Formats: sequence, C-alpha cells, structure tokens
Amino acid sequence: MSNRRIVPIGPYHPLQEEPEFFKLIVEGETVVDLEINLGYNHRGHEFVSPELTYDQIPFLVERICGICSNSHPLACVLAVEDCAGVKPPPRADYIRSTVHELERIHSHLLWVGLAGHFIGYNTVWMWAWRYREHILELFEMITGNRNHYAMNKPGGVRRDIKAEQIPQILAVMDVVDKKVMMLTKAVLDDPVIRSRLEGVGVLTREQAIAYSVTGPTARPSGVDIDVRRDDPHCAYDRVPWNVIVLNEGDVLAKAKARLLEIFESTRIIRACLKDLPEGPIESRIDEVPPGEGIGRTEAPRGEVFHYIRSDGTNRPLRHKVRAPSFMNIASNVVAVKGGSIADAALTLAAVDPCYCCTERMAAFEDGKLKLTGKDLLRLSWAKTERIRERL
Amino acid sequence: MREAEAGLKQLVPDAEVCEHNPKRLYIKIPRDRLTEAAKYLHRERGMRLSICTGIDTREGFEVLYHFSEDSTGTMYTLKVLAPKDDPRIDSQAPWFPATDWIEREMHELLGIDFPGHPNLIPLFTSDTDWEKGKYPLRRDYERRDEAHEQ
Repeated sequence: MSNRRIVPIGPYHPLQEEPEFFKLIVEGETVVDLEINLGYNHRGHEFVSPELTYDQIPFLVERICGICSNSHPLACVLAVEDCAGVKPPPRADYIRSTVHELERIHSHLLWVGLAGHFIGYNTVWMWAWRYREHILELFEMITGNRNHYAMNKPGGVRRDIKAEQIPQILAVMDVVDKKVMMLTKAVLDDPVIRSRLEGVGVLTREQAIAYSVTGPTARPSGVDIDVRRDDPHCAYDRVPWNVIVLNEGDVLAKAKARLLEIFESTRIIRACLKDLPEGPIESRIDEVPPGEGIGRTEAPRGEVFHYIRSDGTNRPLRHKVRAPSFMNIASNVVAVKGGSIADAALTLAAVDPCYCCTERMAAFEDGKLKLTGKDLLRLSWAKTERIRERL
Repeated sequence: MREAEAGLKQLVPDAEVCEHNPKRLYIKIPRDRLTEAAKYLHRERGMRLSICTGIDTREGFEVLYHFSEDSTGTMYTLKVLAPKDDPRIDSQAPWFPATDWIEREMHELLGIDFPGHPNLIPLFTSDTDWEKGKYPLRRDYERRDEAHEQ
C-alpha cells in the first residue's frame, strides 16, 4: 500500500535505556503493524548454566536481570528442589516470600516512576523513585546489597532475618503504604493522566490468553492468574492476600494494577514477619537425582519459569529459563495496532519490558566471544567516521 | 485420574504419562499427534503455554511444551521427540501466537525445523554475523572454555 510508512523505534528505546528495535508500520498517524527485533543483548545463560554446579547457578541467573534478581534464583532453586524432592524449612519459606515481595514493591515503584516520566510527569518519577530508595535500603540491611541479593540457595536461604531488623522493615512498610496511597490518588485523580492513559494500548482478554501473557500484563485484561496463588510455593498459601484483577486492559489499568499490588505486597510482608516461624533456614540436599524439575514464581512482571534436566551429577544437563517479558513483549504486536504513533511508545513500555530477561545470549564463535565491548566501540567509531566522510 | 489427563489419553491412546509429583506431569506423545494434543490442552482445557524447552539428547531432539493449568496449578508437559536425521516438528504458531517466538528461538539455537511456521527467521542471533548452521545448544557444538585455556 502506497501510504504506508515505517517509523523506527530503536535499537535504543526512546524511553527505556535498553536495546531493542520496533518497526512501526503506519498509515498516517495510525499504527497498522509492528515488527519487533531483538538480540542486541543476548548473553547465553542457558549455554553457560550446564557448565556450573547447582550451587553456582543461582549466582548466574541472578544476573539475568537487576530488577528481578530475586525471582530468577528463586524459580531456579525451586526447580532444583522439585527435582530432588526436597522442601525448604518453613522459616526459609517466609523469608523467601518477604524478600520476593520487597522486590515486587521496588520494581513496581520503578515502573510507576518511569511511566510518569514517559508521559511528562517528572514529579511522579521523582516521588516514586524516592520511596523506592527506602526499599533498597532495606535490601542492603537484610542482604548486604541493594541489588543482587543472593538470598536463595537450593534447600533454603543464605541469610536469616534477625529479630532486630523486623521493626525497621515494618516501619518502612508504613511509609510505603502511606506514600503509595498518596501517589495512587495523585495518579488516578489527575484528569490529565487519566485521559492520557485511558483506552490506550488495550490488550483484550482473548489476546492476553492467545499470547499466554502473565503478570501485570495479563491481570489488567481480566485474566485471573497469579502463580503465587495458583501453584503455591514459599509462604504464599499461609498468609492472607488478594490477586488484583481488572478488566479494562489499557495502560491505565496496568498502572492501577501495579499500584494496588504494592499494597498486597506490604500486607504479605507484614503477615510473614508477624508469623515468622522459628527453626533452621535451610534443608540439606545431598544429591540431585536424575530427572526433571520445574520451578516457577510470580516475578514483578509475570511468571518466571525454570526447567532443569538432571543426569544425577552436580550440574544440569539442560537449564531452560523463561522470563515473563519473553511472552509479554510479543503481545505488543496486537496492543499497538490501531493506536496512534504518540501512544505507541507508551504502550510498548506498559508491559514493563525487560530486555535483559528476554535475551540471554552473546555472539560466540567456536566457543569464543566474537565481539567484546572494545570491538563494539571500534565498530561504532568506524561507523561515525564513515558518516563523517559522507557529510 | 485428572480430567485433562484422561481426555489426553483418550485423544492420544499411546501417550505415556509420568507423574513426577501431583503438580508436575510429563506426557510423552508421538510427534505427529502434537498439534491435536496442544489444541486440546489450550482450547478445550484452557491451559496457558508457559514456554517450550528444546533439548539435544542421545535419542534425538526432545521438545517439551510446558502447559500450565492455572485453575489447579498443575504443569502438563508434552514431550515429543524428533530424530537427529529428521529434526522436524509441526509448528503450532499458525493457531497459537504464544509459540511463535519460542519456536524461532529453538530453530536458531538447536536447528530444529518447524514446518508451517509463518516467519521462521532468527529471533536473537544476528542475521548478518551469525554463521548459518551453527547451533550453540547442540551437544556437538564445540565448547572451549577460555578461562581454562589461559
């Protein structure tokens, strides 16, 4: 068709500083199709993992993503425990849930902040990131690190939550509840934000099911799924909380769902710390027998799924990682169709895409890394030179 | 026996069900019955595809379709095997968009062919730099550990 044009977005996202390439095919202002190119940041985790032992792998998968750096190790150790038929002690379950929910709060606040930034409300951005800081400080207190917490190991957790830390965590939960309530009201009551987000980038329930999306991409479209409730693990079946399901499927519903989930997370953390059982924090795993194991958990963005095939040695034969964004980003193809170019960037960001999660490989040739950081710099300089010569 | 399990056995009588635990079922089926079985699980039982795993084993390429029954929290994993000299498995992408990307990933990393896929181009590997016919997740892919060589 003659009046079709291509609007390229990327390889750097205009809003999120991660590499991917969206080719918007437009007719006038309307987006009629979308092609997605990935692979700028693929690092080969599934390739490397079978060379490591079960104790080492959590450290590798933790580095799949800085935001979900608890979800991947958690799903991974759940897979190892599923294969070995070992259950962690109750105290470890409660600690895992606590850290996991802290991660959800910081991830959702990060997204809310970015969403504010995307639509030109930098105040929302600064607020959200300021309150996120309290959560990162809690992480530092509990785990020793603001990111990459290294809490999970096959059979349990590496560190305990000490009794004297609990009042501090609860105090921060009070602050988070209060501030997020203020933020939620500010976002949802603002007529300008509402009209900017309402009806934009709608993903219908049928589309959400066809693309098998999960997490805060699926639940705002009326798909009532949450791995924490559906396939209970950690302490999620022992503390009270609700799954937030909305029906509109637009960007506003996605923002609402994330904000409301923060309150559920603080509720889970309070309940976990109140009922924290006494006892050991890890079960011993002597060997991982030949067989298979599946571990899954609800990351801030949706289901994280790890599959392990064991041959009875201390290393897996195959380790498959499924990150939520892998399925969620693919649904952009239907969510942006029919919308305007101005809405596209917002819609593409609304699934909270995580490209580090989606791509896990690097360009290897004969077992050697083909392009190092320096090579990429050299290529970039050479290209700049070529452009200069042409000018 | 679970309803979905019984229905699947009726549909594919030679399905071999292995119950790892009550929430994890692995069901081996012949590869030419995959489309029917997957359609049954997704369309009639309302299951969601979590992901697929491709494994290069001694017997051939094993492809696992991990379906999640969210109402019960049970994982139904369909297992199909494609022989090494004929690594082909019918594509599910034409009727099930969720399989589109993962089939492309298995195609480029393991060299499994998915006839019927509308757009079987590489997803992650570069279309210019990556040498055709090199599949990093195959067993015969030469792994050299740089750290040990130094």
